[in-house]
Amino acid sequence: MPTISVDKYALFGALGCRYTTKEFDELCFEFGIELDEDTEDDKDKPKDEAPQLKIEIPANRYDMLCFEGIALMLNIFLGRASVPNYKVVAPPNGQVHQINVHEDTTKIRPYISAAVLRNIKFEQASYDSFIALQDKLHQNLCRQRTLVSMGTHDLDTVKGPFTYEALPPEEIIFAPLNQEKAMNARELMDFYENDKHLGRYLHIIRDSSKYPVVLDAERNVCSLPPIINSDRSKITLDTRNVLIEVTATDRTKAEIVTNMLVAMFSQYCDEEFTVEPVEIVSHHNNETRVVPNISPRTTTAEISYINACCGLNLSAEDICSLLKRMCYIARPSAENKDLIEVDIPVTRADVLHQCDIMEDVAIAYGYDNLERTFPKGSGTIAAPLPLNKLADIVRQESALCGWSEVMPLILCSHDENFAWLNRKDDGNTAVRLANPKTAEYQIVRTSLLPGILKTIRENRKHSLPIKVFEASDVAFKDMSLERKARNERHFAAAYCGKASGFEIVHGLLDRLMSMLSTSITEQGAVEQTLGYWIEQDEDPTYFPGRGASVYLRHLDGSDSQTKTKKIGSFGILHPSVLEKFEISFPVSAVELNLEAFL
Amino acid sequence: MAPDLATQVLHALNDAPALPLLSTDAFPDVESTLLKGALDSLLSREMVTYETIDKEVAVLTEEGAGIVKDGSHEAKVYEAVCKALDGLKITELAGVVGTVSAKVGQGKAFKEGWIKKEGDKLVKKAESIQDVTREQLQTIADTQTYPDAKVLADLKKRKLVAIQKRISFRINKGPKFALEIVKEETDLTAEMIANGAWKEKKFKPYNFAALGAQTPSGALHPLNKVRHEFRNIFFEMGFTEMSTDRFVESGFWNFDTLFVPQQHPARDLQDTFYISDPAMADKPTDTEYWENVREVHQNGKYGSTGYRYPWKAEESLRLVLRTHTTAISAAMLHKLAQNPGPARYFSIDRVFRNETVDATHLAEFHQVEGVIADYGLTLGGLIGFMKEFFKKMGIDDLRFKPAYNPYTEPSMEIFGEHKGLGKWVEIGNSGMFRPEMLESMGLPKDLRVYGWGLSLERPTMIRYKVSNIRELLGHKVDLGFIENNAAVRLDKS
Repeated sequence: MPTISVDKYALFGALGCRYTTKEFDELCFEFGIELDEDTEDDKDKPKDEAPQLKIEIPANRYDMLCFEGIALMLNIFLGRASVPNYKVVAPPNGQVHQINVHEDTTKIRPYISAAVLRNIKFEQASYDSFIALQDKLHQNLCRQRTLVSMGTHDLDTVKGPFTYEALPPEEIIFAPLNQEKAMNARELMDFYENDKHLGRYLHIIRDSSKYPVVLDAERNVCSLPPIINSDRSKITLDTRNVLIEVTATDRTKAEIVTNMLVAMFSQYCDEEFTVEPVEIVSHHNNETRVVPNISPRTTTAEISYINACCGLNLSAEDICSLLKRMCYIARPSAENKDLIEVDIPVTRADVLHQCDIMEDVAIAYGYDNLERTFPKGSGTIAAPLPLNKLADIVRQESALCGWSEVMPLILCSHDENFAWLNRKDDGNTAVRLANPKTAEYQIVRTSLLPGILKTIRENRKHSLPIKVFEASDVAFKDMSLERKARNERHFAAAYCGKASGFEIVHGLLDRLMSMLSTSITEQGAVEQTLGYWIEQDEDPTYFPGRGASVYLRHLDGSDSQTKTKKIGSFGILHPSVLEKFEISFPVSAVELNLEAFL
Repeated sequence: MAPDLATQVLHALNDAPALPLLSTDAFPDVESTLLKGALDSLLSREMVTYETIDKEVAVLTEEGAGIVKDGSHEAKVYEAVCKALDGLKITELAGVVGTVSAKVGQGKAFKEGWIKKEGDKLVKKAESIQDVTREQLQTIADTQTYPDAKVLADLKKRKLVAIQKRISFRINKGPKFALEIVKEETDLTAEMIANGAWKEKKFKPYNFAALGAQTPSGALHPLNKVRHEFRNIFFEMGFTEMSTDRFVESGFWNFDTLFVPQQHPARDLQDTFYISDPAMADKPTDTEYWENVREVHQNGKYGSTGYRYPWKAEESLRLVLRTHTTAISAAMLHKLAQNPGPARYFSIDRVFRNETVDATHLAEFHQVEGVIADYGLTLGGLIGFMKEFFKKMGIDDLRFKPAYNPYTEPSMEIFGEHKGLGKWVEIGNSGMFRPEMLESMGLPKDLRVYGWGLSLERPTMIRYKVSNIRELLGHKVDLGFIENNAAVRLDKS
């Protein structure tokens, strides 16, 4: 969630009330934003800095990413203001601004939108807010400028009609913002290579053969989106006429961004809430149009739906007046008694469905004012998951036997899961992560042993013997499934002491089998009796002659056929394994797949 | 054989002309620790009582003892000077009295006016002297103290005297005083019962203040104990446990089905673990559902405008480690759509986030998730349900804050009053799943679904004052913490 800092007393001024921090916190809570901090009493705050309120804004409220938006929405919520009537007005000379889009841009950044704010009057605070809003939009909705980026220009320093083109970087020559020296776009990439702020955006276009560029009628560069504007056209406190251009790979978001900038800052124009249109000429992709479209979107919502969801019984009029506080203009429908007509202003781009309108009715009504009923019981019957029930039996029995449960992580390094256990990765076993931040998390474990051994390692100060167990999931690649992987519920236990504890681990295995009503049998039993048996084998995880596999002969689910399956292994761990896990005492361990016991 | 110390004490008490008996008189040479052992064993038999006396005494250091024997350094110098009839050469002084005495004593003897210098020789000035230091030290040697504290402090400073603690005892007869120690039994044995000896035997009193023998025990993990409580709460409220045995999900099930747009920040590499091997999922078998999801994102459907962006199949099929168990809930609701009706599901299992690890974040944690599907569900009902749910955890006061979540609308953050911190803290998230999500699955429009979730770790950390999540989950957890953690009773605050 973005956090916006606003001048505390300027905001209280705009809201016409000097709230206490607690009162303001309460207002935020009701509305659904969050007061994170009031710096008034913060000792670290510089003395000359005005107290700030840091307010967390939900990720979908792009209309509240600046002082103007927060003040407007809260004032509307408090009934102190109504939705502004945004208007598109013709330029004074009647000449519509125009941007001609060249087809080459489709390959790199296909969409452009624009608007002109005429006779605007900035003050330091509103100017700073204008810049900060662009920054917040770039970070959030625009996904670090990959989807959308915006540039603002002093219209009086450039001359339309404009073109939006894609040119080889060498042909784009200009002095970037706050630089005196002109450079071409290739040089510019090197120039900003290590720039803390801009460096991270270069990759968006760097390797392209042509870069997107906005030019004026005299071929002066206005901007090189999504990186930087030209110094020539930069806006200042004294700028009176602002050209906003927004380029994008996402058409919908380009319009949202344009509309937000216009909606928030057209209030500083001499003629409040007006904007001049720009004609985008873009025949090659059918995007020729006049922007911005700042008329509200009109939709309908069902009164019965709203009431049913909220558990209320409101009239159409009640709903309409509640919606007014949430920045809508709503009226009962003339045609259908169950409908209201709702004008959704451009600021509320987050409204997609009547459920969004329904939520706003509930917020305006007050969540704390809703009648708290208990949902009528539909007679559902509780049931545990059989696999968890099975695992719980094994966990309980292990604890009753005096073993302690541990809970290591599921992600581990490749070595811990394979090489350190003297196991080989056949490439078809483990699920590998693409983007871990550390080498500790490379794969999803296929065995519980690494986590258990790491737990023993970290508890070297604990008295011996250490007796620990875990019953939890591992995962394997499985190309036959839709998600290409499956979990498997395992049980593992380990004994660490001055002597190996081999028989003790063996005894735990026998005890668990007994508690799962599984008796010991042998492989060659004449009558193929059900049960488990143990066969010595040469698993390199274990000490030679002290490693074995556990087999189970059981009835397999549906067809009641007798089935034999290797369900696990146990033994004294090989000293080379112990060395890798930095354990200096012998360890015996057992690991079982529990799923055969379901 | 000499009688043991305890018996000696008993005899000394018996023979003493007056009580109490002072150990400094009766046993001046016995070490106090040994004597205490004997007294304690007699005390436990109630044969004696005693008090401990802590006393500070002054004792001579090696240097101090030397002065008592041979005189002070300055006196030694004076004597040496007197002995050499016509003065002592300064260079020879050390050879006669030793280096230490020469160094310290010469200056002092000058200061006292005992000797004077003539040329390179020292000669006698005073006719006779009084060696005060030696006399003071002699007093201390005799009485272990000195009446003038100032003198004592000065001698201590000169390292001639040290102060030592001396423990002694004031001993009295106890109620069961006797000259002979009768052997007392510590335990009742099978043999005593068999031969009736228990009737005659004396039993040693049991020390009830001491702890009993430690009982060997296993233990369940504290987090699993909390999980057990949560599961019981769900069972009490009629919920069926979902199967969550799927760490690996496709972008489709983890995000797209939940109406999380493909450019949503949660899908960033910074937040979600993607899988490199295997990398891509198959399309779900329900192709109609797949198309519905594409349509509702890209062009809008079911009365929604949708997000209006080009939805990409490749993005949807990328495999991820599930970032929430809501992916499982989505699959369960999709299954429910085949035969829609009331249902209550829950799960508690591990989820994964590509977080930078710190005191409150791990790349893995447990999500507790509940889902209720029914006709006629209301927002007031969700609030009412949460009150009951959290009441079972011992949290009585709840507040609900409007919030944003891509797959629920309305969405509410649940705040509980934290009595320890004296403020409201967020304890969970809840909401009603969006129609875009439910209707894509084929669920009827009037079947509404609540969903809520919280982490298992957070309430556990708050409840048990664990400040670092790594002390709760993972291999760095202290086994002692697991072994000694009390039983979990969430309802008992």
